[in-house]
Amino acid sequence: MNFILVLPIVVPLLAAALSLLAWPWRWLQRLIAVAATALLLACGLQLTVSVAERGIQSVQMGNWPAPFGITLVADQFSAIMVAIAGLMGFTVTCYSLASMDRDREAFGYYPFLLILLMGVCGAFLTGDLFNLYVWFEVMLMASFVLLALGGGGQQMEGALKYVTLNLVSSALFLAGAGILYGLASTLNMADLAVKLRAVSHPQLVTAAAMLFFVAFGIKAAAFPLFFWLPASYHTPPVAVSAIFSGLLTKVGVYSLMRTFTLIFVQDTGYTHALILAIAALTMITGVLGAVAQTDFRRLLAFHIVSQIGYLLMGLGLFTAPALAGAIYFMVHVIIAKAALFLVSGIVHRFAGSYDLKKLGGFGESHPWLAILFLIPALSLAGIPPLSGFFAKLALIQAGLQIEQYGIVASALAVSMLTLFSMTKIWAEVFWKEAPAGFVSESAPRSLPAMSGVLLFGPVVLMAGFLVLIGIAAEPVFAFATRAAQQLIDPAEYVHAVLGAQK
Amino acid sequence: MEPLLAIVVGVLYSAAIYLMLRRSIVKLILGLVFLGNAANLLIFTVSGLTRGRPPLIAAGEMRPLGVFADPLPQALVLTAIVIGFGVVAFAMVLAYRVYQTTGTDDLDKMTATDR
Repeated sequence: MNFILVLPIVVPLLAAALSLLAWPWRWLQRLIAVAATALLLACGLQLTVSVAERGIQSVQMGNWPAPFGITLVADQFSAIMVAIAGLMGFTVTCYSLASMDRDREAFGYYPFLLILLMGVCGAFLTGDLFNLYVWFEVMLMASFVLLALGGGGQQMEGALKYVTLNLVSSALFLAGAGILYGLASTLNMADLAVKLRAVSHPQLVTAAAMLFFVAFGIKAAAFPLFFWLPASYHTPPVAVSAIFSGLLTKVGVYSLMRTFTLIFVQDTGYTHALILAIAALTMITGVLGAVAQTDFRRLLAFHIVSQIGYLLMGLGLFTAPALAGAIYFMVHVIIAKAALFLVSGIVHRFAGSYDLKKLGGFGESHPWLAILFLIPALSLAGIPPLSGFFAKLALIQAGLQIEQYGIVASALAVSMLTLFSMTKIWAEVFWKEAPAGFVSESAPRSLPAMSGVLLFGPVVLMAGFLVLIGIAAEPVFAFATRAAQQLIDPAEYVHAVLGAQK
Repeated sequence: MEPLLAIVVGVLYSAAIYLMLRRSIVKLILGLVFLGNAANLLIFTVSGLTRGRPPLIAAGEMRPLGVFADPLPQALVLTAIVIGFGVVAFAMVLAYRVYQTTGTDDLDKMTATDR
């Protein structure tokens, strides 16, 4: 029994149960949440190290042999995703300590955050398609509550749109899983990978693949199914926006990358060309939507959509270097995006607004905040030596290698527009004079020392991480390349799950 | 039996989509319920219908003999029903709160997040 694979699920589950027991004591819930997310981060790192050293690992739950029982599998891709989920959980929890209001904390913010992390880690680790559906539902249920918790009219409307679209996506996922079971009589992903190669109706597999593509595409906010994201992500408190932007859409992309490298590789000429086209459209519509926005968080929300396009580009190109680029990009974009959301929250804390027109003068009054904004913003746009540059470089090189010039051109153009909207935020919030006639009385000019540390600490950590993986790109990239090889050649994965029997 | 159930699944899907395209939030939620039920029935139908042959193992045997009903899709459907039940309960409460805070049940009037 390999406990390290189970811990990322058990730790948040137990912590959530404990903090539900600690319902009347807010300080105890906070303590449990911080300790549990720190532990989750440690487990994630340990898992990454152990998978890097010993190859893909799997555990059969309840000792039922695969493919009958539920399998948990960790290859390098899922291990690094668990580690990043732990990092996001820890930083956002610290940030929440200083930013979350008393009412939300009293009504179960921390337990639901922990359940969300459990669902996310479960989705990263499972090796069973139906189990993936269950983890999605766990994650969605927690996210529904976090999104709707303590909200007024706008937040409730956002939550309704989010819930509806995600339930439609779950129903499609379920239908796809049913059709696959009818075809192959198994839902174990490694077993499916073996059995679908010899299936008698490849067209039906492609039809099921399209159901999965739509279902995961909705969750990943790919074109044309992204509209729920800009309608809902800017409505909850900023800590919730940050963890959603970092993790939820990325679970959709992770599932796409998992299923479309392991299971649905019968007709790559059709499916992966389609993914590539969707990737280009996602990038372009996302960034154009962002250019039109004047609200800090809505602008960032549209950028989430645009960055999803780059991840899909890596999957659509479907070569080992492209997937390596996508994995590197995933790590980079999760951190960069969440850091930007947290910065927008700090700006709101000082100025009481998210409206770019009403903000200004932060470069003068808060120069450190300006630097903390600049690092993830320039990284997102792809300026060397930050992480985004190397991620985009890898994707574009991979595109040129197999002569997909269309997607390369749109990736470069979208990069320019990303830089444009980041400079727009920079100019409006940090550079221009604070607009006359708008003085917020409610917001303090300075913070108590403790909440200052809790608000700035996570952003400093994330910005430091972005600089680090930019400067030390080579070892990180070697890791991503190994992870991509495991994705592109599923033999090792299948062997780790099913043993030597196949 | 399969053609009949296939038609039922189709009818449920089309009714679900029709209801979700209406403007009332109550009909939206009914549509979601239908969508979940259609998916469940689809799993049940597509994985093969075997009537009156429970997967019971006779005394002295190691496995059920001959043709028998696959228990796994039924377990999957059962899980999906339970999850769907919880989710729909949440969606109904949410819809009621939305109605309370916005004062309307018309989806076309809920444009606060789009501006």
